Amino acid sequence: MTDYYQAYGTVIALVIAGIALVVVAFTLNRLISPKRAYGAKLTTYESGMDPVGQGWSQTHIRYYLFAFMFVVFDVETLFVFPWATVLGNTEGPQGFMLGVMLVFLFFVSITLPYEYKKGVLKWV
Amino acid sequence: MTESLLALDNVWLALLLKVAAIVGFFLVAPLVIGYIEHKGLAHMQARLGPMEAAFHGIGQLPADGIKFIQKEDIIPANADKWVFSLAPGVALVPAMVILAVIPLGPGLWAEDLDTGVFFALAVSSVSVIGILMAAWSSASKYSLMGGIRAAAQLIAYELPLVLGAAAVVLQAGTMSLVGIVEAQNDFRILGVVPMWFVLPQALGFLLFFVASLAELSRPPFDMPIADSELIFGHMTEYTGLRYAFFMLAEYAGIVVLSALAVVLFLGGWYPLPGVGLPSFDVLFLPGEVVAALAGFAVTMGKIVALAFVMIWFRATFPRLREDQLQRISWLAFIPLAILNIVVVAVFKVVA
Repeated sequence: MTDYYQAYGTVIALVIAGIALVVVAFTLNRLISPKRAYGAKLTTYESGMDPVGQGWSQTHIRYYLFAFMFVVFDVETLFVFPWATVLGNTEGPQGFMLGVMLVFLFFVSITLPYEYKKGVLKWV
Repeated sequence: MTESLLALDNVWLALLLKVAAIVGFFLVAPLVIGYIEHKGLAHMQARLGPMEAAFHGIGQLPADGIKFIQKEDIIPANADKWVFSLAPGVALVPAMVILAVIPLGPGLWAEDLDTGVFFALAVSSVSVIGILMAAWSSASKYSLMGGIRAAAQLIAYELPLVLGAAAVVLQAGTMSLVGIVEAQNDFRILGVVPMWFVLPQALGFLLFFVASLAELSRPPFDMPIADSELIFGHMTEYTGLRYAFFMLAEYAGIVVLSALAVVLFLGGWYPLPGVGLPSFDVLFLPGEVVAALAGFAVTMGKIVALAFVMIWFRATFPRLREDQLQRISWLAFIPLAILNIVVVAVFKVVA
């Protein structure tokens, strides 16, 4: 158990070190950089023209259906990993373990042709 | 879990050394890849590339870094200041955290987590949030469109990447990256010919490599930052040090994903399939240190070779169209990745 805490302790220490790296770099930057901001420098870039309207305008989020599908497939991969670790390495009916996963993967992949038929996979 | 070379009796000292080594590697390796990209692209286009800063321009990127740190920090007036400022950090830190689990030689890893592959892939997808933060907070139309493309692309190619890695886990029977390297060394085709997973998993390697190009928004998958359409996508409004951090995150990403591909498919620190490293004492160096150094050289050689292929792609292929990219992923890569898992599983049970 100590091993476990030590291992993830290193991970947490790395996250802290990363944050420290960012903070130190930006503090240094703040100390030595010039500060001469004026209106034109702070406008949003729009190919040299004055920006029209706001950047936060209504946009067609084309990928929200992709995002739903991503969640479905990502959950599926979550199931695959533990199965992949034990298949062929543990006692038990290997054929059954394989067969169950094949059925699962079949039902997951059958959604792809369905979505294709529905025209969801088209980036419009 | 296998112990790393840095597992000392003094836990805190070991922790300090590990973190220092990783931060050092993290700050140097991307610069090496960046230099290779400068020079490689230049020579592919019959140019010389940087020549002025030190010998053949090797001082170019450190000089750039010093320049970036002195530059004015400009935050556009319309931007969401906090989110805009934090985005480069959120994109950068995950790349460093992944290095904790990647083995660069026998004994040369910080921690050999039991969930190695899983951890690396999970952490790598955090940087998407940094990109989305940058895209949204810039309050610029180019940034927003680039961010939408980036998000769609990253979620589409996350799946082939993860499923390709899952097939390796299946074959190796462990999620620990060190365990996977050892499993590759023990693997024999038909019980005779020693081979790494790159041959039995050729399809998986292809999927993993192409998907990692897309995850990094590298050409030919650089639509999110397509300069002829979107100026520079989510990085349009960034200058100075924040921009430099995004660039560092990209090159660190190349290092990390190349290293993952090396560990998963190309035998990690083993120089040839079935051939071990020299582990005899040289002068005052004990055998395991010699092996670690040799292993580090071999791993870095493989990482640089893969990174060079990525740079080569940039000079070779034109950019794909956004809809083509989505279609390739959902209609070809994901079904192929699932098929790959099925084939590997059947072989594992039957053989």
